[in-house]
Amino acid sequence: MLQASSRLLSLSSVDLAIIVLYFIAVLGIGFYLKRYTKTGEDFFLAGREMTAWVAGLSFLAANLGSLELMGWAGAAYQYGILAAHWYWVGAIPAMLLLATVMIPFYYISKTHSVPGYLKLRFGEPARALSAFSFGFMTVLMSGINMYAMAVVLQVVLGWDIYFSIWVSSITVAVYVGLGGLLSAIFNEVLQFVLIWLGALLVSIIGLVEAGGWNGMVARIHANYPGQNFTHLWSTMGSFKDNPMGIHWVAIVFGLGVFISMGYWTTDFLVVQRVIAAKDLRSAKLAPIIGSAFKMCVPFIVILPGLLGLAFLPKGFLVAENATSVLHPFKYDYVLPIMMARYFGPGLLGLGITALIAGFMSGMAGNVSAFSTVWTYDIYRAIFRKNAGDAHYVSVGRWCTILGVLVSIGTAYLVMSFKSIMDYVQALFSFFIAPLFGTVLLGMMWKRTTPAGGFWGLLAGTTSSIGMFLWVKHDPTALRYIALSPNAKDMAENMFRALWSGLICVTVTVVVSLLTKPKPESELTGLVYGCTPIPSEGDMPVYKRPIFWAGVVAAVFVAIQIIFW
Amino acid sequence: MHRPGMISIWFFIGALLLIYGLLICGAGIYEAVTPPTAASIAEANLRWEGVRNLHAGIWWGGLLIILGAIYTIKFAPRKGN
Repeated sequence: MLQASSRLLSLSSVDLAIIVLYFIAVLGIGFYLKRYTKTGEDFFLAGREMTAWVAGLSFLAANLGSLELMGWAGAAYQYGILAAHWYWVGAIPAMLLLATVMIPFYYISKTHSVPGYLKLRFGEPARALSAFSFGFMTVLMSGINMYAMAVVLQVVLGWDIYFSIWVSSITVAVYVGLGGLLSAIFNEVLQFVLIWLGALLVSIIGLVEAGGWNGMVARIHANYPGQNFTHLWSTMGSFKDNPMGIHWVAIVFGLGVFISMGYWTTDFLVVQRVIAAKDLRSAKLAPIIGSAFKMCVPFIVILPGLLGLAFLPKGFLVAENATSVLHPFKYDYVLPIMMARYFGPGLLGLGITALIAGFMSGMAGNVSAFSTVWTYDIYRAIFRKNAGDAHYVSVGRWCTILGVLVSIGTAYLVMSFKSIMDYVQALFSFFIAPLFGTVLLGMMWKRTTPAGGFWGLLAGTTSSIGMFLWVKHDPTALRYIALSPNAKDMAENMFRALWSGLICVTVTVVVSLLTKPKPESELTGLVYGCTPIPSEGDMPVYKRPIFWAGVVAAVFVAIQIIFW
Repeated sequence: MHRPGMISIWFFIGALLLIYGLLICGAGIYEAVTPPTAASIAEANLRWEGVRNLHAGIWWGGLLIILGAIYTIKFAPRKGN
């Protein structure tokens, strides 16, 4: 039986050199790009000059934060391959919807942000509600990511938690503050490459040890008889049949429709990367390129979790809230622990760099999006409407530092009150599902009115908060929210998103039908039917975004069948 | 991103991968010719015995060198670029 110790690994000088070189590289890129970041368009939208590949990789990297990498590897150790739903049905359809349907409206309207689109379509109240909730939640999530990474580095490597927090966040503040979104995007592409090269080898060596996929599945079945960790859909017919305690209705409609489409099509953290593309075709291709890579991410995140089930002794990793002197390692540590199992000197440095890069790309994404929304949608809209461009760039730089400091403050707060993590993550979900309903109706239905958009968004958000508080106050209420006494926590999140999204859509439709719509002349560039979309008719089929979206969709369906 | 005089991000990536490849490949070769150093009990128990025979550091480092060299050369800043 493995002995537990307070520190699992020690790094060699080569490992440390690799990590130090990484910090020098990202800071160097930030200093280099400062000379190219002079106007607001440069700082907040990277000059709208990104190629499809750079925008697409950055679009995905901004999402690959430390919770995404280590948290979902841990979820795979806990729930098996079901965790891959968050990468497949919980991402791919939404990314393709963004590329093929929604991007033209974001791009043609020339908005700086998602709250900015809401202002153009629904007016100032909808923008204010969205901007404040997004700005507030973004920096809080950034702090939680920071805390999650620092804890893993402390337990696995013995690094001081405060050292990890301050060094990594100051680095992000410097390179985003200097080069704005341009620097964030360039570094995200670098970080994306490092994440893949650092984590991919765990899966390759793991499959060699297991003797391939079938060998790994056989070992998992031997370790956990009677439990099904390796099928994606076949156990979803009943809440009782799968380790997640969830039903396919929740996964398809709660996750696949409202949460996923809410996140990937309206969260400005990711949308900002796409609207920085150099033209409409690149903006459409960027999420398609991102979706192709997103489909592959389970190979570096979910597979290490499954390998942990196959090779780590039962009980070696425990739940987040479990405390044991013998077993101090939580589910979320499975990725660095599998790195420790397979990596020697040098490779271990690359693996740890991949984890740090994941954290920093996520944090830079949060901070750059926060800086844009705060400057354009709060500061300029409310406090100072007609200042010069240089003034707003200066405010953006200060907001970057402010965002990092608030994130650090959140990380300190979480250290003292760990339950804050649950609340903040739940808070984030309160806004996402209803916002999707509001934006989609706004883009697709001319009849949607400003009052309908605002009240629908407010009703969806408050109903989501109400359901959350109801279950917190009375846990048996879960059976009503999730429609089954056998439902578990994860099912609650999915069903809550489903109901709040439906409430938002219903209220928006009803209020819109009772109020006066905007004249069509004010909807040009914002709504389907009022916006001339540039034709791609003269382009060869293989160059059209819709063709590649079809290819990705076909591969997505094939994967679902293979792992059914 | 196409601004006059701006170095491509792919050049930075290539250069970093090249240096990483040299370091990792070198560490892999050193590890292959020297006996393993003493590790903590937890670390020793956690490691898969067979991993030493794979020499992953050497071929993964080699892969990084090749990738790094290709990108460094292809996207190197040139006069008039």
